[in-house]
Amino acid sequence: MSRNYDVIIIGAGSIGVPIALALAQKGVEVGVIEELSSVGQGQNKKAIGGIRATHTAPAKIRLCSRSIEIFSTWKEKYGDDIEWFSGGYVFVAYTEELEKLMKDNLVIQREAELNISWVDKDRIVELVPGIAEEGLRGGTYSPEDGNASPLLSINAFYRKSKEYGVKYLFNESVIEIRLENNKVSKVITTKNEYETRCIVNAAGANAKEIGALVGLELPIFPDSHESGISEPVKKFIEPLVVDLRQGRGTSNFYFYQNAEGKFILCLTPDPIIPGKDERDTSVFLPQVAERIVLLIPKTKHLKMRRTWRGLYPMTPDGSPIVGKVKDIDGYINAVGLCGQGYMLGPGLGELIARIVTNDLSENDNSILEEFSLYRDFGSVEKLK
Amino acid sequence: MSFNEQKRIINHPILENVVSEIIHFYFEGKKYEAKRGEMLSSALIANGIEIFSYHQRDNSPQGIFCANGQCAQCTVLVNGIAVKSCMTSVERGMIVEPLVGAPSLPEDNKIIKVIKTPEIKVDVLIIGAGPSGLQAALTLADYGAKVLLIDDKDRLGGKLLLQTHKFFGSVKDSFAGTRGIEIAALLEKQINLKPNIEVWLSSPAISVFSDKYVGVLKEEKYVLIKPKKLLVATGAREKMLAFPGNTLPGVYGAGAFQTLVNRDLIKSSDKIFIVGGGNVGIIAGYHAIQAGIEVIGLVEALPKCGAYKVHEDKLRRLGVPIYTSHTIVAAHGGDHVDSVTIGKIDENFKLIKGTERTFKVDTILIAIGLDPVDEFYIKAKESEMEVWAAGDAHEIAEASSAMFSGKIRGMEIAISLGLTEETVPVEWIEKSNVLKSKPGLVIKREKPHVFEEIYPVIHCNQEIPCNPCISVCPNDLIVIPKGGLLGLPEYHKQDAVECIGCAKCVAICPGLAITLVDYREDSNNPKVTIPTEIFEQRVEEGEEILVVDKEENDLGTYKVVRTRILGNFPKTQLVTIQLPKEIATEAISFKKEQTEKITPIELYEGVIPDEAIICRCERVTAKEIRVLIKEGVRDANEIKALTRAGMGACGAKTCTALIDRIFREEGVSRDEYTSFTLRPLFMEVPLKHFLCSNEEDE
Repeated sequence: MSRNYDVIIIGAGSIGVPIALALAQKGVEVGVIEELSSVGQGQNKKAIGGIRATHTAPAKIRLCSRSIEIFSTWKEKYGDDIEWFSGGYVFVAYTEELEKLMKDNLVIQREAELNISWVDKDRIVELVPGIAEEGLRGGTYSPEDGNASPLLSINAFYRKSKEYGVKYLFNESVIEIRLENNKVSKVITTKNEYETRCIVNAAGANAKEIGALVGLELPIFPDSHESGISEPVKKFIEPLVVDLRQGRGTSNFYFYQNAEGKFILCLTPDPIIPGKDERDTSVFLPQVAERIVLLIPKTKHLKMRRTWRGLYPMTPDGSPIVGKVKDIDGYINAVGLCGQGYMLGPGLGELIARIVTNDLSENDNSILEEFSLYRDFGSVEKLK
Repeated sequence: MSFNEQKRIINHPILENVVSEIIHFYFEGKKYEAKRGEMLSSALIANGIEIFSYHQRDNSPQGIFCANGQCAQCTVLVNGIAVKSCMTSVERGMIVEPLVGAPSLPEDNKIIKVIKTPEIKVDVLIIGAGPSGLQAALTLADYGAKVLLIDDKDRLGGKLLLQTHKFFGSVKDSFAGTRGIEIAALLEKQINLKPNIEVWLSSPAISVFSDKYVGVLKEEKYVLIKPKKLLVATGAREKMLAFPGNTLPGVYGAGAFQTLVNRDLIKSSDKIFIVGGGNVGIIAGYHAIQAGIEVIGLVEALPKCGAYKVHEDKLRRLGVPIYTSHTIVAAHGGDHVDSVTIGKIDENFKLIKGTERTFKVDTILIAIGLDPVDEFYIKAKESEMEVWAAGDAHEIAEASSAMFSGKIRGMEIAISLGLTEETVPVEWIEKSNVLKSKPGLVIKREKPHVFEEIYPVIHCNQEIPCNPCISVCPNDLIVIPKGGLLGLPEYHKQDAVECIGCAKCVAICPGLAITLVDYREDSNNPKVTIPTEIFEQRVEEGEEILVVDKEENDLGTYKVVRTRILGNFPKTQLVTIQLPKEIATEAISFKKEQTEKITPIELYEGVIPDEAIICRCERVTAKEIRVLIKEGVRDANEIKALTRAGMGACGAKTCTALIDRIFREEGVSRDEYTSFTLRPLFMEVPLKHFLCSNEEDE
């Protein structure tokens, strides 16, 4: 069976689904090819659900600000509860060095008109009751950031996009992208062939392999982060808390308490674990237990329910690669989201739709310049 | 309520009620008595408390369900911390509260020390110390392997500890004729004699990892074990059924019931109804009656029960109505089961309208089969570990077969370790296959036509793997003419030797299906000796009893002329009566009094199966799932994302099979949908256990 689509999106995850929705809302006929059996089964369901605009890269700030608008108004607009909660983000500082880093970032963030400020130790203790106070110097607090359920939001976007006519093609893998005179003409999968003039690579951790099908070398290097979820307990912490200290075998650690009261915990292994092996190892549980119990001692009685490992498709500078590429007409990247696909997704979806329909604003152009495949990857984003 | 007024089994024909010490605990501020060291769930039920908590999502009452640490339905707050009451020993002064809504974390802000997780290397790790794990450990120890045997319970034996009945199978290889609890004690003794078997009790495995470590909580401290060889002997879990009312307190598995009644001697119920006519359901019914609990009836969906005929006959003879081609329609009750509705089904298992009947009961036991607990095995395979599975974790079968499977796996592992040049004997494999045999055809036996001397009448008429009567006969007069373990045993008188009337065969038969007929004193009115092990039927000489045949037909009332108990079979009473020779070889059992006819109370109609709960942890109904499948959802993970089914505390252990069934009902075959992704942990674990520090040391 062969079919024509205006646009074919590869990947039905945090990025592909919002793109499909934004395009379909503009009347574009979209097909989404996904090798797994339903939406969000790749990295979306591994995401813990934090959503913040308080980055330091201006393009991320803009896209995530738009994402927050979409997440926070979704229920009111469409009725589905995606568990958006505007609990804010707290970065805690226990060392002078981290205090300085955060305060330096504040200058950039305040310039971008973000609602974020330095708060003292007492305020942190108020925001994060039960936090270990010894050595705590204060931290940053951005009350407009928040969290939502990745599972519920992607399903809400998916269902809405189907109402607008998006076709999802599950259990199919792309094996070839055919070009004619350097123009995209056909996508061949394990099951079918589709004719299209435009494809969007939204393949997440597999984006590099998809890029290679058209001869692109995408600098994307997935590494593993590990997460866990607890039993539900009465909610006592509202913000998502980030602790950037070094631990034994870990660097960044962050968590929040979701709408049901479950703790969702995530850490970055140190050294990083490169590659795409997502199988769990024996290392994570003692590490995550140590991080959370040292930070909030009373969580020692909290029961851990499930753990998993997810991939951050990293780029050398920690920012995504978005936009058209030279010499291939009709191919668009929406890749290298560096573990922030879930929070960037809705904003990015609309941007990609504007690329396809040619309504880019000046603002959009500056974002695309920042996320260009052809940029200098030498400078590193500070809060990646 | 004083201890003696509690719902406890004080007199049991088989089990002894040992009370070491009575202590107090508090539930909702009231003081209660308990047996020191017993599980909190049992102490609560003994005190008449059936509702432990209320579900956070819809406030539905929660009671005991698996009694095995697998689910989390029995969660209560103990001194402010949420725990599974079936895995928590009751302690003096314990303050217990129902869990209403999500628990609060206790304000314990003490900083605890963190210690590196200990890592241990072993030759062989065996997860599970039930029949197969114990036998595997013993076999491996004989070959000199160093074995670490772990179990989540505080005693060795696994499900053997719940089995008060005598085992079938072969005397030589699997202790046939001995009760499960006694086998556990025998094996425990042997294990303790082996210096190269290390045993960790109260030490559940919580995950097998891709880096080939097994995470174990050794008495609440996390340890990582790297075994050269892994044997998964984790047994089985009970299958659940979806019907309206299926999560009411009072609906639980037959295994949970046996745990309460046989392990903890709790008289959990007054009137029970059993769903499922396999060995598990039928034997649970027998155990109930031994415990003084009335069995109102049993439904079996098939036209015939799957249980061994002798077991089924024992239950029928006790007056339990067995409804074949029937199913449970619904359980009823406000916050606890108060009645059950059953109905007849057609050959397509569809309910025949108008056949529904409702009975007053307080407990419904689900005994529709078992599923292997094979998650660790599958995970270890994926992690490319050297792993074996034994017993029910490998294949669901009787415990006798599990013991044999443990022996075989043990030997296979010994071979793989290079500890022996031998190979697994072919006879072992053959025997293990025989022990797994499903019951064979029912064969009509010829009636004995000799009316002199003394001889046993063997009533069993179905081929099952069983031979204790053959092994116990001092003169080897009972044989299986066609050889093997499966045929029907027969009494073969030989020229020089004859039956001496020792009655050992009568006492040992697990099916209570042998009688001894003695014509020597009065050939017209021979003496017939019948075994009994039901406590309330223990009879006195001179008492009048109603004698019945195999089909439960009354043969008349006769006076008991003698009762005795043989030394090696202390729990079986042999009752002798004198009967007319015409019926002497027909008599098999007796009733003390006519069982009251059980009548239905009223008719329930129009139950909607859609309201049945599929995911107990997250309270997801069949309807919510069915709607999605009808919409075209073909990934169980998508159902999970949308409904939360499978996200709860138990880790999708109960709902997985039920969701599979709804897919089937909707015409979606197994290869058309994706199943749940399985992830660690196997159970919820408090974070402090991973830190391995000892708070008391600080």
